[in-house]
Amino acid sequence: MQIHVTDRHGKRHTLEALEGFRVMEIIRDWDLDIKAECGGACACGTCHVYVAPEWAEKLRGPLDEETEQLDMTFDVEANSRLSCQIIMTAELDGLEVTLAPGTEKERAAA
Amino acid sequence: MNEHIETDVVIVGAGPVGLFAVFELGLLDLRAHVIDILDRPGGQCAELYPEKPIYDIPGIPEVTGQQLTDNLLHQIAPFDPQFHFSQMVTALEKQEDGRFRVETDAGQIFIAKVVVIAAGGGSFQPKRPPVPGIEDYEGGSVFYAVRRMEDFRDRNVVIVGGGDSALDWTLNLETVAKSVTLVHRRADFRAAPHSVEKMWALEKEGRVRFRLGQVSGLEGLEGGLSAVMLKTGDGEERIDADRLLPFFGLTMKLGPVANWGLNLNENLITVDTAKFETSEPGIFAIGDINTYPGKLKLILSGFHEAALMAQAAKRIVSPGERIIFQYTTSSTSLQKKLKAA
Repeated sequence: MQIHVTDRHGKRHTLEALEGFRVMEIIRDWDLDIKAECGGACACGTCHVYVAPEWAEKLRGPLDEETEQLDMTFDVEANSRLSCQIIMTAELDGLEVTLAPGTEKERAAA
Repeated sequence: MNEHIETDVVIVGAGPVGLFAVFELGLLDLRAHVIDILDRPGGQCAELYPEKPIYDIPGIPEVTGQQLTDNLLHQIAPFDPQFHFSQMVTALEKQEDGRFRVETDAGQIFIAKVVVIAAGGGSFQPKRPPVPGIEDYEGGSVFYAVRRMEDFRDRNVVIVGGGDSALDWTLNLETVAKSVTLVHRRADFRAAPHSVEKMWALEKEGRVRFRLGQVSGLEGLEGGLSAVMLKTGDGEERIDADRLLPFFGLTMKLGPVANWGLNLNENLITVDTAKFETSEPGIFAIGDINTYPGKLKLILSGFHEAALMAQAAKRIVSPGERIIFQYTTSSTSLQKKLKAA
């Protein structure tokens, strides 16, 4: 099972995914740059992704708490989702997402 | 302005780990002052997920962030911790006498023998819309909270967001502002339904405007805002405005911690695993803000770190004093401290 993730520099990564894991967790555990500061509690918006149009339909729609969290997130588009709220299933094998602005980890000032 | 506060220990951060540090230090007779940027204790537990159940606190099968905070406050009450809320530690320096001088943005100064950084992901700060140049307007035209309604009298105000802050201030500022425009990305709101109803009623009367969209740009000169650009479904719209209030909640920034001369690794403070001391002796870092080989960002890890840190802190505060390791189950002296005996 795989997912394809385009990072903030435009580089596309193909990541091995495990059923039942959150897409945010998969991205984080493969060491891509994702802030995900609340750890998957749908409480921060820093795992925001754009889902490729062909996949948007296949996802279970967002619950209210995800929609409300997106209200507090910037650069939201019609295909915006929080990747901590997408759980991997066999149907999502091949899922294509792009990390949104604002998901980068904070870097210490040099 | 304020008197200096002299204390054994200053704890930076009132999240679960900072709170439990009060307990472990207290068992060793060390007194602590606790500083937090939020206006209440609990840190992420209180701010990000007060209602979410946590399942991995040893001995507590299920507890919400708020309940855990309340339990910790109850547990540390015998040690009478002194809290300083709504303040951010801006400076931390070692003095010539070996003690530390801790200063907050409220001008409060602490002199402490030991400093414990339990700042989690850093300090909570309002989310700033990613609009180029917005910093230049902050404090003059762009505000993340309303301190004085007078600042908005006879102004053209744009408020962005869909929660209670956005709706409440739309309703309140309508009475003093020249105009109020509420901007949100959708026509549904998570704010209290009666506020939303009121807002729509005012909108119908033409007393407030509502726009579907997101802020895409600002126009103005030398910190004085003149217009807000919106990205709407149909394109761009320019709204005359000299005040902007974005309400997008809080995010965590490392903040001033980065400037305290401590060794960092990817914005985390490196510590040893015997004492959880930083590269500066006498300054400890516990909880999510530290890193070491094998670190897991779990509340229970922070609790363990607090216990070991307290032993090392005691040696600094009371050099030469023999530390007798005791259990709360059997030690009458500890039970007295906990007011249980």
